Amino acid sequence: MSADPALERLLASINMHKHNLDGTAHLEIDGNRIIGSGSVPGFHLETDTAGDSVIVRVRVEAGYRFEQPVHLCFGMLPEEGIQKIDMTVDVEEDAAVSFLAHCSFPNAVDVQHLMDARLKLGRNARYSYFERHVHAESGGISVVPRSVISLAEGARFKTEFELLKGRVGSVDMDYSATAEAHSQLDMLARIYAREDDRVKIREAAELNGEGATGVLVSHLAVRGDASAEIYTDLSANAPGCRGHVDCKEIVQDRGRARAIPIVSVNHPLAHVTHEAAIGSVDSKQLQTLMARGLDEEDATDLIIQGLLS
Amino acid sequence: MGILEFDKVSLELDGHRILNNLSLDFWEGHVHAVVGPNGAGKSTLAMTIMGLSGYEHHEGDILFKGKSLKGLTVNERARLGITLAWQEPARFEGLGVSAFIGAGKPGASVQELDAALELVGLSPERYRSRRVDKTLSGGERKRIELASIIVMDPEIVLMDEPDSGVDIEAVNYIFSVIDQLKEKGTTIILITHSAEVLRRSDHAFLLCHGNLMDKGPTDRMLAYFGGKCIPCTHKNAPELTELFAGKGGAQ
Repeated sequence: MSADPALERLLASINMHKHNLDGTAHLEIDGNRIIGSGSVPGFHLETDTAGDSVIVRVRVEAGYRFEQPVHLCFGMLPEEGIQKIDMTVDVEEDAAVSFLAHCSFPNAVDVQHLMDARLKLGRNARYSYFERHVHAESGGISVVPRSVISLAEGARFKTEFELLKGRVGSVDMDYSATAEAHSQLDMLARIYAREDDRVKIREAAELNGEGATGVLVSHLAVRGDASAEIYTDLSANAPGCRGHVDCKEIVQDRGRARAIPIVSVNHPLAHVTHEAAIGSVDSKQLQTLMARGLDEEDATDLIIQGLLS
Repeated sequence: MGILEFDKVSLELDGHRILNNLSLDFWEGHVHAVVGPNGAGKSTLAMTIMGLSGYEHHEGDILFKGKSLKGLTVNERARLGITLAWQEPARFEGLGVSAFIGAGKPGASVQELDAALELVGLSPERYRSRRVDKTLSGGERKRIELASIIVMDPEIVLMDEPDSGVDIEAVNYIFSVIDQLKEKGTTIILITHSAEVLRRSDHAFLLCHGNLMDKGPTDRMLAYFGGKCIPCTHKNAPELTELFAGKGGAQ
């Protein structure tokens, strides 16, 4: 059976081909239409639609550990429309899974991508999610991801959100997590905002169990008339909890950036650190590269590439 | 005539005179050292040559191959063939070693980048995919900066305290690079207060409180370096001038 033409075009927008998905679990959604999916033993994928939403249920069976990442491709090829995805992921005890997700909106003029996710990691489960956005140059897209994450004892959770290609448009991200004993939580966002792009990131984590760790990292470049606001709230509530918040934003042109970190320690044997650097490109970095012959713009680009790499 | 000349260069920073009426000649293909106590103006001299921000507005003139550097930006000076290795190299979060060392020569091949890393004693396999960030020690960053200069292949290299913060093995590699650059005909200006570094030079300038106190062959300057510099407290510069006057080197 020949593939859905929309699937071919969606995958082409992220330089992928259908045969790359053979033998792996995968899911492709164009707008609110599921155009491809595949599962493997131990990885249970259910999809449905309800109203204007796509419902996705993922269960990774206890003890199953996948070496190959699960491929997700969510996108919208038309210039206008709304994509709503309601996603539940349950990674059971001792299971391990990683996701390679592409969100592609190559033609967006007036598009909304709304993601509402609930993620539950069982005891000693492993989960990593790399999400790369590919946007149009028009800036006509609004990305609104919401995630509620819970980590059981010993679980490891890592997520990385990358939006470097094309215009951001508007991003309004809201992630919150709770972490039980000896679990590890890592969240990283790398975003390049230009022209009149708007970025708002809210990340909150409660380290509730003994020895739980959490790292919240946001690296942004804000140029043109773009603006960014980063709200982080990290609480360490039990003995041995360790947390770190790292917010770096390079601001150029008429860009504006705010970082509002809240770090809380509610146990004398817990520890949280915070670092933030917001402003123009570091003068010493700039002059070092200029002393190799790069002009100011090229040197700035290289520094930003590094920060966002 | 030197490849680089100072013609009565003076510089004030925050109302303090840091360089005072300096006239110096740096000869092409030679290794020059600029020595003197802390606060003598040695690093300022290097930064002024490079035209770094805050150091570009000086009295007098700096000539490269007979042409004034006045008004040229840092990168314009770099494109003429002048570059600087910092006493404490910058950290670049996320920037890869290969991208950094190749910055001064667009299109440099992987072989060129790897060869430069080998010259500074760093294994390309181990280092080319590293980042120039806090995961590297100060000594490693110093060697990586030197690798970037090797790839750039400039005519004049200003090296500010090339041996500070590095271990003995790294110092040997840095000295070896100085020797190789000299062999290629690169003009090197070493900013130092280390006798070991001074010994790599052919010729040296002694600065104190922004004044040129003496200049001459390294052997003779080494004699001053151990004893005569130390008593200088910056308040008695005229007395020091008298002291050197007896040695036939005062300006």
